[in-house]
Amino acid sequence: MKYLDEFNDPELAAVLLADIRATVTRPWALMEVCGGQTHSIIRHGIDQLLPAEIELIHGPGCPVCVTPIEVVDKALEIASRPEVIFCSFGDMLRVPGSGRDLFRVKSAGADVRVVYSPLDALTIARANPDRQVVFFGIGFETTAPANAMTVYQASRLGIENFSLLVSHVRVPPAIAAIMRSPSCRVQAFLAAGHVCSVMGTAEYPQLAERFRVPIVVTGFEPLDILEGIRRTVHQLEAGRHEVENAYPRAVPEQGNPAAQRLLADVFEVTDRAWRGIGVIPASGWRLSTRYRGYDAERRFAVTGIDTAESTECRSGEVLQGLLKPHECAAFGTRCTPRNPLGATMVSSEGACAAYYLYRRLEFAGGGHHG
Amino acid sequence: MADRPDLAGWTCPVPLRDSPVVVMGHGGGGQLSAELVEHLFLPAFANPTLAALADSAVCTLGGTRLAFSTDSFVVRPLFFPGGSIGDLAVNGTVNDLAMSGAQPAYLSCGFILEEGTELAVVGRVAAELGKAAEAAGVIVATGDTKVVEAGHGDGVYLNTAGIGLVPAGVDIRPQRARPGDVVLVSGELGLHGIAVLSVREGLEFGTGIVSDTAPLHGLVSAMLAVTTELHVLRDPTRGGLATSLNEIAGSAGVGISLSERALPVPAEVANACGLLGLDPLYVANEGKLVAVVPPAEADAVLAAMRAHPLGRRAAVIGECVAAHPGMVSVRTGFGGTRVVDLPVGEQLPRIC
Amino acid sequence: MCLAVPGKVVDIWRQDATRMATVDFGGVQKTVCLEFVPELAVGDYTVVHVGFALQRLDEESALATLALFRELGELELEFGDAWRRAAIEAGLHETNGDRP
Repeated sequence: MKYLDEFNDPELAAVLLADIRATVTRPWALMEVCGGQTHSIIRHGIDQLLPAEIELIHGPGCPVCVTPIEVVDKALEIASRPEVIFCSFGDMLRVPGSGRDLFRVKSAGADVRVVYSPLDALTIARANPDRQVVFFGIGFETTAPANAMTVYQASRLGIENFSLLVSHVRVPPAIAAIMRSPSCRVQAFLAAGHVCSVMGTAEYPQLAERFRVPIVVTGFEPLDILEGIRRTVHQLEAGRHEVENAYPRAVPEQGNPAAQRLLADVFEVTDRAWRGIGVIPASGWRLSTRYRGYDAERRFAVTGIDTAESTECRSGEVLQGLLKPHECAAFGTRCTPRNPLGATMVSSEGACAAYYLYRRLEFAGGGHHG
Repeated sequence: MADRPDLAGWTCPVPLRDSPVVVMGHGGGGQLSAELVEHLFLPAFANPTLAALADSAVCTLGGTRLAFSTDSFVVRPLFFPGGSIGDLAVNGTVNDLAMSGAQPAYLSCGFILEEGTELAVVGRVAAELGKAAEAAGVIVATGDTKVVEAGHGDGVYLNTAGIGLVPAGVDIRPQRARPGDVVLVSGELGLHGIAVLSVREGLEFGTGIVSDTAPLHGLVSAMLAVTTELHVLRDPTRGGLATSLNEIAGSAGVGISLSERALPVPAEVANACGLLGLDPLYVANEGKLVAVVPPAEADAVLAAMRAHPLGRRAAVIGECVAAHPGMVSVRTGFGGTRVVDLPVGEQLPRIC
Repeated sequence: MCLAVPGKVVDIWRQDATRMATVDFGGVQKTVCLEFVPELAVGDYTVVHVGFALQRLDEESALATLALFRELGELELEFGDAWRRAAIEAGLHETNGDRP
């Protein structure tokens, strides 16, 4: 398929890897922010192919992993109400709140539905005028425009039985928070390509400058990821710390102005708690005053939530790259994808789940080392 | 029929010991289903035939070896591109019998009907079931009908059980896989699961993909004609190829190593999976089989498969290895390796 | 957050005063909202996330990127040994059936 197959070419992958090998002279720690990039890296075994000097730290770019436990608990509460049809992306269904998840709530009789797009939830709202339809609006800047447009449409078309449970997060404040952490080891970032398709690259030069880190906008196919790493390694070896765009086919410098305008109308920036990390100032979005009526938290007045995070779970440290999953005492024993203590073991690209899948092979003695 | 969401694709990963109730995951074919069988059913019915946990049981009765199997069908929607619940009900049980090398002969069929279901729908299901039985050359010898109150079913639930004769000298079961054995698949992967997903509420998409539901006993006969030394046969239905291979690896105590490039995933299936964030290895197939055969027989078996209409795209996809017993690994197109685990529940579309 | 897939616009229409399209992803077709990329025309390629087109895929950029990779590959041929050695060290040569 066009724009996919060409960027999956193993011959060209070998070329990029050879260049990386020929360039690197000392250890470097790179963080890929986006969970989709983590998934691609694990899926294709890319990190196994890189020279040993290059360490990929899987960042907190997984909205599933960082959705605060309080918000998950609110989702569970709202979904449990008999008048509610609770719609969500599939990613969120297995995420544990304080002891339950959406699947369990569903097995107790709640009407919980997976949809592909928030617009599908709006369609369900129109088809079920006597029910309250709530959409679980998680995601980074890539997903926010879709949720914004859905609320905008609901408002324009007068669909009153629809509301949004918002938990949007923004990448640049997360990068700043990670770099400010005293035990931070990250020396460069692979920026999230599709986030930049929406937001452009304007927010990154000041970060590159302030923290003296290369930031390379990177795509998701294997060649895109390798090229992002390649350009990053060249910068690191040369002592540069600039913003580069390794994904120009999908990222113009200005991003998508139409999407940005709608975001500015429907959302406003707010402080947000990131699960396992804590509150990062100005790192999230909430509905703006004009659209506050579509806020599910407000509409359902969910109160009295007592959250109970697993005391053993160290996913916050994992998300910041401060701890490797297998260094956690519960890893692979009390915490597995089957029985996850935290979100990083649930999500398909959560660092803990990723480690669990491919590290086990190395422990079993059958691993391939690149 | 009540306006309920499609329940067929939902599972819960919470372990059995934490949940005193049945959850959707128990029907997913993955880890939860296995736990239910291991902790509730096996102890209740303890016997070596059942403990073998093959697709069908091989029983000896009056000196004759019979394969005996049962399967229940709760698919939503009842009619999907390429087939219906009736086709699945016949082919599913026929294939379970065929995976023991048996020639399927007789089926039973139980209908559980929800009060309020249109008779025309029931009639259509029965007609398609009849046609599928005729096409497969099996006789529906006996049946039963029950009706449950409205809201207590999903229109139509079906159960079929089947018996067939196992030829002499044939011993096909998962425990027989050995390191060095070659792993074959009879054709293209992911068709049924994608076909059903394409008409599911909230996920609908346009596609030319239709279910591959088909009876496989003719293909198996063609394979047995070249050698009786087939070690394992399995039809990768719920949970996809990954689940079947994990079960074989676990039963036999061998590792299985696959080559990603060798997997026959059609482009449209790959693209549908890419759109929804699914892995083709976990998508259901209803007209395919996996075969594990000794290396000396592999070429002949592959040729026999390709000569048969249901095996034209048969391919070697990997081998059994002594390393990582019980685990399945894939060598990616780029030379990396990843483990393919048993799914916890059923795959869900994702946005990340 | 980032599962966005490239597809080709095959049909455009309006629904509730909103610009919508059928986008084809290698044989799989989905309804997509074009409001964020209104300049898309039938035949254009776009990257789609959760039912929304986010950007028009720029063919020139794609070709330029691939050309850059191939150029690197040619450099490898020129400088032959060092690069080949590096690739072999990485265990890569076996992934490419064409090379000895």
